[in-house]
Amino acid sequence: MIDQNLNKVEKLINSELSSKISGSEIKFGELLFRTSVSEITEIIKFLKVDNKFKFKQLIDIAAIDYPNEEKRFELVYLLLSIENNIRVKISIKFETNEKIPSIVKIFPSANWMEREIFDMYGIKFTNHPDLRRILTDYNFKGHPLRKDFPLTGFNEVRYSEKEKKVIYEPVKLEQNYRNFDFSSPWEGTKYLKEVKESKKNEKN
Amino acid sequence: MKKTKSMTLNFGPQHPAAHGVLRLILELEGEIVEKADPHIGLLHRGTEKLIENKTYTQALPYFDRLDYVAPMNQEHAFALATEKLLKVEVPARAKYIRVIFCEIGRILSHILNVTTQALDVGALTPSLWGFEERETLMTFYERASGSRLHANYFRTGGVHKDLPTKLIDDIGKFCETFPKIINDLEDLLTENRIFKQRNVDIGLVTKKEALDHSFTGVMLRGSGIPWDLRKSQPYECYQDLDFKIPVGKNGDCYDRYLCRIEEMRESVKIIKQCIKNLPKGPIKTVDGKISPPNREDLKQSMEALIHHFKLFTEGFRVPAGNVYSAVEAPKGEFGVYLISDGSNRPYRCKIRAPGFSHLQAMDFLIKGHMLADVPAVLGSLDIVFGEVDR
Repeated sequence: MIDQNLNKVEKLINSELSSKISGSEIKFGELLFRTSVSEITEIIKFLKVDNKFKFKQLIDIAAIDYPNEEKRFELVYLLLSIENNIRVKISIKFETNEKIPSIVKIFPSANWMEREIFDMYGIKFTNHPDLRRILTDYNFKGHPLRKDFPLTGFNEVRYSEKEKKVIYEPVKLEQNYRNFDFSSPWEGTKYLKEVKESKKNEKN
Repeated sequence: MKKTKSMTLNFGPQHPAAHGVLRLILELEGEIVEKADPHIGLLHRGTEKLIENKTYTQALPYFDRLDYVAPMNQEHAFALATEKLLKVEVPARAKYIRVIFCEIGRILSHILNVTTQALDVGALTPSLWGFEERETLMTFYERASGSRLHANYFRTGGVHKDLPTKLIDDIGKFCETFPKIINDLEDLLTENRIFKQRNVDIGLVTKKEALDHSFTGVMLRGSGIPWDLRKSQPYECYQDLDFKIPVGKNGDCYDRYLCRIEEMRESVKIIKQCIKNLPKGPIKTVDGKISPPNREDLKQSMEALIHHFKLFTEGFRVPAGNVYSAVEAPKGEFGVYLISDGSNRPYRCKIRAPGFSHLQAMDFLIKGHMLADVPAVLGSLDIVFGEVDR
């Protein structure tokens, strides 16, 4: 039943916003729309205000980094309509230096979410009231969730007995971080369950 | 008239009423708070980055360390997301066991929140009474998973081990005695004059504000919006269980406290039903490509040995795709947005922590309140820094 509902909403949104949406899909029972950077604020505003949809809650904004693609970053806005009990995902893709219009005016809760994305990915938002770092340390450099940022980071912190204060040093590891790649083309056989059964038969 | 200058006050990060490592920069006009600027991230461990570098099985324990007062609820969200991508069916018994422990987690979290909120406004006894019960609940965690806090008990496709039979009886006994403790806590707090003075009409949130600020869970229900994922988008076996969703009227700290107390009673009801209807059968999926073989097979079957080795080194591969799955954690909607590229590690795992949006609203909630209301509002937001900072 939910899938039917989703289909209906998909068609409805596509017909209402046909010029602004570049694609839509339903996978794993979830509805996803693709659009462009210039349209995102309009679409979110429309979905929030319109009486048919009432997507009044912004659940989260997720950023994803695809370093090998031409449009490196993707933002996914997760919206929820409590009245209709439906979730929708809206995705935009863009290049490294592109600036994204902020949606703080539409959803005040986007404030910290956008700050987090700025902090973690270095994506800049226009018209954001207070675009500071949020989760990383004061004076932190770099954007840790980018795929080219090393897992071990660059600086470590410790208390120096000599200087009687906390100091920053470049990371020194006794052993480098070892990224084991265990994946293999091995698929194995499919008869594990049969082995079990035959063994039981032997016992009997 | 004498001109007054506003004062800036640094609250935390080491302050007992800050509920962890919160640094609040408060701008005060006399005793009235003009502006609050929370500085978070002091407990940031880069969970999302670490998960990208681990297999799906290895990523699961990180979720215990998010909201560490209700660990299994978090694991649940991640397990559900992985299962959605893999399209694995969870056996009925595992579903019931999961629900039992999620509700135990809810009670754990609500006891902590209710009693520490009382502590923040000056009542010491509730926390002493409540923590005794938390200790009992954590022994249940320990008997099921081996550890009191960081359980790592849920697995993709089920749970790790079956419950010891005596444990189920003991949880049943606890459900008989615990409602009396809730009554005792209520005797201490609900009609208490000081408690009411400190909480009624403090931190008011209207329906619209609650929606705009992405509030979920008790913060949303306290303002009168009947929304609970267990009812509206049921997962596991919640659709077969009979329970009610308490909803507040005024959206103040006091209503949120009442909601939490009622939710504990409902949780006890849910656990009782689960124990009564607990089906027999396997506790994790029989798909040998996802759940490891048992010990007995390991000694007998070469194929089982290979699978065991491969599952604990390479891990299982998850088909490419992106899903968002959410659970009703004690603090609100806890969601995982999981992206897989078809390999054995998540490509991206965005964690949606309810506390993050709640704490964000601190500035708007506290504006115009007295300085002494800061701990009361903070307490009723139910903040745990493990999940806010991730």
